Amino acid sequence: MSERAASAASDADGAGVGRSWRRKVRSFFHSSEGFRGYTLLSPTLVVMLFSMCVPFAMMVVLSFWTQTGYDLNFDTAFTLDNYTKVVGGEVYNKLLVRSLWISAFCTFATVIISYPMAYYVAFHVHRRKVVWIILMTLPFWTSYLLRVFTWKVILGFNGVINSGLIWLGVIDQPLEFLLYNPAAVVITLTHAWAAFAILPIYVSLEKIDRSLLEAATDLGDGPVARFFRVTLPLSLPGVIAASVLIFVPTVGDYVTPALVGGPDGLMLANLIQAHFGVINNWPGGSALAIVMMIVVGIIALIYIGVTRLATRNIA
Amino acid sequence: MSTNQAFISIDCVSKHFGEVVAVDNVSIDIPAGEFFSLLGPSGCGKTTLLRMLAGFESPTSGEIHIDGNPMSEIPPHRRPTNMVFQNYAIFPHLNVADNIAYGLRKEKLGKAERTRRVDEALEMVKLPGYGKRRANELSGGQQQRVALARALIKRPMVLLLDEPLGALDKKLREEMQLELRALQESVGITFIFVTHDQEEALTLSDRVAVMARGDVLQMASPHELYNRPVNVEVADFIGQMNFFDAQVIEVQDHMAVVDTQGLGKVQVPAAAEFIRKDAKVVVAVRPEKMELTSQPDSQNNCVRGELATSAYLGNRSHYFVTVEGSENPIEVASQGSGPESDQTLRRGSEVWLSWAEGALVLLPAT
Amino acid sequence: MRKNVPYIERPNRPLFLYAVLFLAFLYIPVLFLPLFSFNASIYIAFPIENWTLRWYREMLENEPLFAALMNSVRVGAVTSVLATFLGIFSAKAVTRYQIPGKNPIVAVIMAPLVIPGIILGVALLILLNYAGMSLSLYTVALGHILLCVPFAMATLMSRFEGFDKSMEEASADLGENAWWTFWRVTLPTVFPGVLASVLLCFTVSFDEFILAFFLGGTDPTLPLYMWAQLRFPNRLPSVLAMGACILVISFFVVFFSQWLVRHDRD
Repeated sequence: MSERAASAASDADGAGVGRSWRRKVRSFFHSSEGFRGYTLLSPTLVVMLFSMCVPFAMMVVLSFWTQTGYDLNFDTAFTLDNYTKVVGGEVYNKLLVRSLWISAFCTFATVIISYPMAYYVAFHVHRRKVVWIILMTLPFWTSYLLRVFTWKVILGFNGVINSGLIWLGVIDQPLEFLLYNPAAVVITLTHAWAAFAILPIYVSLEKIDRSLLEAATDLGDGPVARFFRVTLPLSLPGVIAASVLIFVPTVGDYVTPALVGGPDGLMLANLIQAHFGVINNWPGGSALAIVMMIVVGIIALIYIGVTRLATRNIA
Repeated sequence: MSTNQAFISIDCVSKHFGEVVAVDNVSIDIPAGEFFSLLGPSGCGKTTLLRMLAGFESPTSGEIHIDGNPMSEIPPHRRPTNMVFQNYAIFPHLNVADNIAYGLRKEKLGKAERTRRVDEALEMVKLPGYGKRRANELSGGQQQRVALARALIKRPMVLLLDEPLGALDKKLREEMQLELRALQESVGITFIFVTHDQEEALTLSDRVAVMARGDVLQMASPHELYNRPVNVEVADFIGQMNFFDAQVIEVQDHMAVVDTQGLGKVQVPAAAEFIRKDAKVVVAVRPEKMELTSQPDSQNNCVRGELATSAYLGNRSHYFVTVEGSENPIEVASQGSGPESDQTLRRGSEVWLSWAEGALVLLPAT
Repeated sequence: MRKNVPYIERPNRPLFLYAVLFLAFLYIPVLFLPLFSFNASIYIAFPIENWTLRWYREMLENEPLFAALMNSVRVGAVTSVLATFLGIFSAKAVTRYQIPGKNPIVAVIMAPLVIPGIILGVALLILLNYAGMSLSLYTVALGHILLCVPFAMATLMSRFEGFDKSMEEASADLGENAWWTFWRVTLPTVFPGVLASVLLCFTVSFDEFILAFFLGGTDPTLPLYMWAQLRFPNRLPSVLAMGACILVISFFVVFFSQWLVRHDRD
């Protein structure tokens, strides 16, 4: 018990900014609670360290090397060639821009179509909400590969849409533009990630105090005005979270462009994979991957920063 | 029914939630400009009734009219009412000025006019200059005033208040009570105030409706409620009361002779229907209407008892006296430090209780 | 306006319709897979002329398919158990103890959820190459554990948070040390969360493709096997059959695991 008091006391005085490092470390070991917590966490942290942080670090290092030959021998002389040649290359830039656009479209579409669904469950479902929540998020947990593949089945030359339309007599020849282009990638990605976007939006809608909605109504707002003036602003944290959670992973998606993208729909991940595969230029691939992460990270940070500024009032 | 002159007319309104009857056939007429309270314990239906006035719930049966217009088809945002919510419901994403001006959007005021009205509202609730503050920087009392200003700036015909002072500490609450009363008098609109605190209701209101289990037990001015409660439940809810089981022995010339368990035979005006020969009744008397003496009082009715305990409250003292015939000790309240010789009164001392004519109230037996 | 529902909660018919359409949009495309797995023709086309169970029979006789299936099961089992194990301790640490730097740490642990799979796969590939480890099902499991720990932790954190700490304190008060308290009080209470985490992690690992693609050796997991088959049109329907089975099973498994950890707030 006295340990707790000591830790509480040492937390209380000068907590936060301005505390010297030495005091922090010392108090950490005195406060056995923090120590015990870290002990429990250590296995996980070790695993994460070894399978994420260390590999990333190695990837960074590798990106400055050159590959010599097929046996994965590397010339460890520091060089920026990978960055200038690969990153500066035309193919890379085209793919980067295309990937960012596809992800942006997908994010936008996903959030737009998921929002009303999240709204419905948050405000209009009163019994068995759990069932609705499970139902609307469940598709996300099933095989990603299969979900992407179904769109190949749907949009394909002999696919569901084409053969259905022919059977109905609407068209004579199958439509060729359905598959193997960026649009197909966007549609597929939107479908695959919609279930994921719902949850953050739902959570922030659910948190809105219902009496605020009644107050807005009482003060003269019809349902539409109330939505735009109260509900939407207060749900923005969820919308932002959903956007980031969709955007970042989809930029690096590999499976979807590979299955439904065709040559016009290839994204950055396919190029990265190629560097580790056929092209056999691991440093180049590493450089690509790192630049992609940096670009995406910057965009995400800007986005979060801007929206934080706009929503700092929301409790 | 349609010739009702009252400003607010609640006409045989009931509200059922499935099997539960929240409001049971309530009819209330409220004139314009009145400070009207709905008083009762939680679950009595007062908040449900208020919400039906606001439009957030629809009556299962019955009609509500405001200023002669039926409200049944009118949604909350088009009613001439505004509400102050129990938890204030201040919009967290807007500052104080934007909160207060929230309802003015439809009026399409110019910026200068809007600012002027907001400042006026802030003055009215004694928060001048608070416009730029954020909602989360306000204390509970301040939030409550902002909620008030926000509702009043729209100049509604009726202001509905849902236990607005419940979350405030005692001193602040009493302060706000006085301010609210003054505000209502200066603004002149009808206030409908919901509370479970009977002192609050008595302090603020022109009239109070005491509710329980969806019914209105009694609707009257505070004075009448306090001095002439209509049954035991109301009498018990409002202030402190001593009750004695009794039976009417005979009724003559509008006076009833009642045999009480504890006060002996007393004479009470027989003003109500239930006072008949041999009827079982309850005699009630307020603690401050009884007097404690160490000698019997020849002038007034009095009865002998034994002092059980006493409590000194500073400006007054409460004495608990046991008398023969009554199970519970009788509570007597005295202003000042007590009867002549406080020192002589000890536990077990013989005391005499006396009361004046008209101090007793007859209530139907439960 | 005589309705029994409060004004704010009035039903919104267009929105309900939207909700139904949305669920249809989510589920119907996926339902085409099982649909066409009964198609006699190996070409996907509407309308379906002949129905058959032939592909299912072929699937059952397909040895490489079953080998891949067992590989996936093995990887999934190892992953789910280890990830849940790590998840239990992390969740307990984060919810029970005041840890300086808690938020950044949680963010780091949750990171694999957001980082594109290809980045994780490639980075791990580099590490394994450096360490001289050859690719195999073990390396796939390593990648999957990394991916599943956030899922496990998220599932278990909500379970731990809802669990009254004073029960553990009572147990300690009655004489049990930390280990026994954990065993006798904590674990039984969070057990639904543990089970849900195992099921969820198993499903995630079972269905996972990209890490398996990069980190897999000669023994393919089921998604890898299916990916390879996609190139051969005549193998397509049995892939569909397998896919249909997987979908149905994971639907129920995930539903059950989410049901286990639901927050009953209705």
